[in-house]
Amino acid sequence: MKASWVADQKTVKSSLVSGAELFIQGLQKEKVEVVFGYPGGAVLPIYDALYKAEMKHVLTRHEQGAIHAAQGYARVTGKPGVVLATSGPGATNLVTGIADAMIDSIPLVIFTGQVATKVIGTDAFQEADIVGITMPITKHNYQVQKAEDLPRIMKEAFHIANTGRKGPVLIDIPKDIAVNTAPLKEVSNIHLPGYQPTLKPNILQVKRLNEALQQAKRPVLLTGAGVLAANAEEELLAFAEYYQIPVAQTLLGLGGFPADHPLCYGMAGMHGTYAANMALYDCDLLIGVGARFDDRLTGNLEHFAKKAVVAHIDIDPAEIGKNVPTEIPIVGCARETLAALNQTRGEKGDSNEWMIQLSKYRSELPLTYKSNDKELKPQKLMEILHEVTKGAAIVSTDVGQHQMWAAQYYTFSTSNRWITSGGLGTMGFGFPAAIGAKVGRPDLPVVAVVGDGGFQMTLQELGVLQDWELPVIIVIVNNKSLGMVRQWQEIFYEKRYSHSLLEIQPDFVKLAAAYGIDGKRAENEVEVREALTAALSSNKPFVLDCAVTSDENVYPMIAPGKGLHEMIGVRG
Amino acid sequence: MRRIISATVLNESGVLNRLTGLLTKRQFNIENITVGHTEDPAISKVTLTVWVEDDRKAEQLVKQLHKQINILKVRDLTNMALVSRELALIKVLTTPDTRSEIKMLIEPFRATVLDVSLESVTLEVTGDSEKVDALIELLRPYGIKEISRTGITAIPRGTQKKVLELHPYSIM
Repeated sequence: MKASWVADQKTVKSSLVSGAELFIQGLQKEKVEVVFGYPGGAVLPIYDALYKAEMKHVLTRHEQGAIHAAQGYARVTGKPGVVLATSGPGATNLVTGIADAMIDSIPLVIFTGQVATKVIGTDAFQEADIVGITMPITKHNYQVQKAEDLPRIMKEAFHIANTGRKGPVLIDIPKDIAVNTAPLKEVSNIHLPGYQPTLKPNILQVKRLNEALQQAKRPVLLTGAGVLAANAEEELLAFAEYYQIPVAQTLLGLGGFPADHPLCYGMAGMHGTYAANMALYDCDLLIGVGARFDDRLTGNLEHFAKKAVVAHIDIDPAEIGKNVPTEIPIVGCARETLAALNQTRGEKGDSNEWMIQLSKYRSELPLTYKSNDKELKPQKLMEILHEVTKGAAIVSTDVGQHQMWAAQYYTFSTSNRWITSGGLGTMGFGFPAAIGAKVGRPDLPVVAVVGDGGFQMTLQELGVLQDWELPVIIVIVNNKSLGMVRQWQEIFYEKRYSHSLLEIQPDFVKLAAAYGIDGKRAENEVEVREALTAALSSNKPFVLDCAVTSDENVYPMIAPGKGLHEMIGVRG
Repeated sequence: MRRIISATVLNESGVLNRLTGLLTKRQFNIENITVGHTEDPAISKVTLTVWVEDDRKAEQLVKQLHKQINILKVRDLTNMALVSRELALIKVLTTPDTRSEIKMLIEPFRATVLDVSLESVTLEVTGDSEKVDALIELLRPYGIKEISRTGITAIPRGTQKKVLELHPYSIM
């Protein structure tokens, strides 16, 4: 029988080891540095093996914290984040993070405990069908049936998670599998006939795009997280510079192209810059690179890039033509495709007029807000943060107003410094993600920019900061409300603020103190600057509660159902 | 329009769940689905019929299915020369008067009688969906007690017409 997808396994030694030990060895083979997790009944054998192995394990205070930390780690290191949780509630607490990683293509390998094989399906204590639950939100998932399968499954899982379009892979390990013994085997290679991601672009399509560029008068690049996932920053820079193509970025693509470059027009989309959105609206050639034309980016598709020939470079063929009809489809890794484009480049088109038009938009209608002496404007807060950290910090956020202000005003000139929950829009993501980022990049300052609402969803992870003495700075953009909900209620629901105002709040400084962490409340620019400067030099965790203008709105804005050219609040 | 999609999958537990779950997630409604193993017992073939609005939706469906790790190959058979068959079991009410009449009726359809009781006969018919529909309509006046249909299974013909027309979005 040709069971050829079964890995070639050759016995190295005949000694028998437990599934839990095979798990540890699998991690070591994949050069895993850290596991983010939380123990429980079904994973006791695995935790026992962890104890003996001295594998670095970060104990979070909730499984959701563990998975978001792993996401932050993966985002800044480019390596898969590893998560371990127990069966039942441990596993279901991971669901939000799994969905988040899936939609934002973050590589994770998640291990969940499961009740013993013989009681699966009997509604046993702490049993949940996590394989069934996570099927639509994982790139792939497994339940281990035999201990001897574990090494092969782990090797496959790490391969699947971190190749092609990256994503989360879950491995469910029944308790008896972790206890059962199997011969120690070397997994030499894996064979996945149903998984062969296309990395090299079709050279004919590459040629077509190079030809289209020669004709184009108004080209624009839209760059997304695919550029970062493929480490294609240099190739992108060379490509954009050669043809002189203006660059608009998606929320998740920030940092893939330097913000201070003259060709960079900043973020496009619902709260993007006027110039970036008009570039996408008016262009005659749109080149999407590793971006998936999400609805928050395109606005009403009836008005999106209607005058343009659309070229789309993506490693996931299913993204091409999904939302926007595409004339030049290129399936391939962003780096290889841009390199191929650079190698075969032809004559440059004439885009002078277009560049003049866009620079005019940029200088005449930049991002703007009205400041005054009395209030601490959240936009100003981001500018101060940029100034104090010299734009070099890793910044992570939740979702909402503070996220948009950070994206707009903390401009990123380096890649892999920006961690945000884009597709799923998860409150409570930013702080634990910052923990993971600090674990992955201890050499860089890490700032969690969070809202007062989102912070209260995962603030239990302050315990981890204290535990590991991680110098993460938490900046609470405190407007005493669920700001983005409040903004929509103000604009679209005649100011009926239904359950979006959080007047009653804990004293965040005292809360930090309860965990032994320093904190400060800042009510003006001077206090913010002083506290941030001190926190950065102290090399200790710090909570900065910033009392910002409570009714500030994020502008410009594209209302739902409107096109990119129908921005409101462009002049602040 | 109706689409016939054929997927070659690894014969592992959960594959069908994965496939149908994906269709639910992307809002595709399965009209019918048949599954069975192929010449290689480790590989199964799934044939499904779905209603989709347009070509772009159909292309999305094929691409999304193709992304699944344990789905090896996906083909949209709709525009191919193919042979497709469906099997139906039909239980029809009979009286001593109608029994032989029904036997006459089903003959051109090459349906066979599988079971006879005092009040009914159970027939088996195989063919394309139109043929099965036609027989059911013909038998309806006698009173149909029960129908069970397998859904379509299909295979492309050995010889295909050359297709030169390129699809504007297609990259598969």
